[in-house]
Amino acid sequence: MNVIVEREKSLVELEARLAQLRERDTASGELRALETKVEELRRDMFGRLSAWERVNMARHPKRPLASDYLAALDAFDELHGDRHFRDDPALAGGFAKLRGRRVMVLAQQKGSDTKENVRRNFGMVSPEGYRKAKRLMELASRLRLPIVSFVDTSGADPGIGSEERAQSEAIASCLLALTRAEVPIVATIVGEGGSGGALAIALADHVIMAENAVYSVASPEGCAAILWGDAARAPEAAERLRLTSADLNTFGIVDEIVAEPLGGAHRNGPAFVQKMLDAVDGALSRLDGLSGETLREARYMKYRRIGAWRDETGERAVALP
Amino acid sequence: MPPIPEWLRLRRDKSVQPEDASLWQKCPRCNEMLYRKDVAANQWVCTRCGYHFRMHAYDRINALVDGDFVEIGTEILPGDPLAWTDKRPYPAKLEADREKSKLTEAVVTGFATLDGFPVALGVMDFNFRGGTMGTVVGERIANLLEEARRRRLPCIIFTASGGARMEEGMLALMQMAKTTQAVERFMENGNPFITVLTDPTTGGVSASFAFQADIIIAEAKAAIGFAGRRVIEQTIRQKLPENFQTAEFLLEKGHIDMVVERHDLRATLVRMLDYAVDRRRLTPALKAVPEFALQ
Repeated sequence: MNVIVEREKSLVELEARLAQLRERDTASGELRALETKVEELRRDMFGRLSAWERVNMARHPKRPLASDYLAALDAFDELHGDRHFRDDPALAGGFAKLRGRRVMVLAQQKGSDTKENVRRNFGMVSPEGYRKAKRLMELASRLRLPIVSFVDTSGADPGIGSEERAQSEAIASCLLALTRAEVPIVATIVGEGGSGGALAIALADHVIMAENAVYSVASPEGCAAILWGDAARAPEAAERLRLTSADLNTFGIVDEIVAEPLGGAHRNGPAFVQKMLDAVDGALSRLDGLSGETLREARYMKYRRIGAWRDETGERAVALP
Repeated sequence: MPPIPEWLRLRRDKSVQPEDASLWQKCPRCNEMLYRKDVAANQWVCTRCGYHFRMHAYDRINALVDGDFVEIGTEILPGDPLAWTDKRPYPAKLEADREKSKLTEAVVTGFATLDGFPVALGVMDFNFRGGTMGTVVGERIANLLEEARRRRLPCIIFTASGGARMEEGMLALMQMAKTTQAVERFMENGNPFITVLTDPTTGGVSASFAFQADIIIAEAKAAIGFAGRRVIEQTIRQKLPENFQTAEFLLEKGHIDMVVERHDLRATLVRMLDYAVDRRRLTPALKAVPEFALQ
């Protein structure tokens, strides 16, 4: 059960009534009063979201998916397969044009319905998906194409087959490939950023996060199960994990936040997708013309600094801002 | 074997026994009651059935190196960036683990020689927060790889980890990216990076530096994987076969170079170093280390 979806149900009736009034008359007093009321209700419901509410926002069934971002690009030609085992539909990748710019795109793909979700393994990528990603990262680096990724996964696939085909090695290799890439890398966290499975395509020069997306070391349910042996305490765990865009921005893990309309990105999906692509374009413009060496050095320094520890001698400690 | 350099004699950390150590230790595999001293003398391998107990980082270092071990990174200590509390506050958990394990964090890093080969050596310890990787583990590992690179030394890291440390949230996850940066730079210096995966090696550690090494050795019977066994069983709703995610299973599937019994580890590592490292390059490396030791 999605808490945001449940909450939206209480607005459905009012909105239907609003639509009715709009059809009849655009200037009636009743219409304006109702519009104000709905707006107020919406602000009450979605104006200040808790971490758990944002988790539900990120998992909202109507939230724009990778496929929506891919469809909004100037052009996209998917490249398939890891050349060894199979093509993983949970991760799409290929050549694209973004605001006229040639790029390599990688996107974790959840499905929009049950059937497609089963085919795409709910966006949980298998080793062959990461190996395809790694192949495309290396190709991008060679062809001097910036890498743009869209992250939306609850985590890397935890199945038997994935273990048999070395999920760890597949993710570790993606991290190395991104570290080595001589081209700008811009990652966007558009929905769920599930731990190492998300990071595998999100080690980047510039990380953009949708306001209500979440990015976490563990799922709130998994975290609650480990801590208290009770997955039902997920809302509490979500709060502690500091997985929201604002938190991660403070930690220096996320560089830019793209604001969502009141009530979430799905309230106006196409507009939000464009806004995100604008942000990516802006970031790529700023990274344009930097040499591979400069990019790699900056990337090194960026990740080398993340974290907070204290130093007995008080000389080198890195604390949070 | 070349003589142990003087600087290596300067510092040596003694083997630490947990305070609650009783005289006897039961083997979980053959149920034999073992005299603790005998097991310790046998590198924590059951004297009856060969079961490998999890080993304390300093015991492992002592069993491995020629003489002394110069530890670095001890000034890098954990903070509490998320002000984390679950059943207990994070700082209290850290304090309890410091008491229990006599360690300052889940990894010990430093320099030593193995049969005369100077190496940078990192050893993770499951006794401290389940070997989880938080900022300090990431920082010490990255630091070790950077120092190894600067000194042109091979680097060997023993892993034992439950994954990323939840109490440090995303800052812990980012240590995968941090260690990767250091691994990538290290690899430019022409020296081998060797990991020895011990029981257990999972999650964020296996999906970063553990599986980025040039040579990956696994200790016999060690549990190694990405997702934890329980997570997979819950996902697929069936019991997993006994040998699933064991070192032997990984060897069969082609994920690692070799499975080695604990008693053969040192000799194996020395052979690997002998193949991979040009002995003529040792002299400058040895010279480089004392400067550091005296700093």
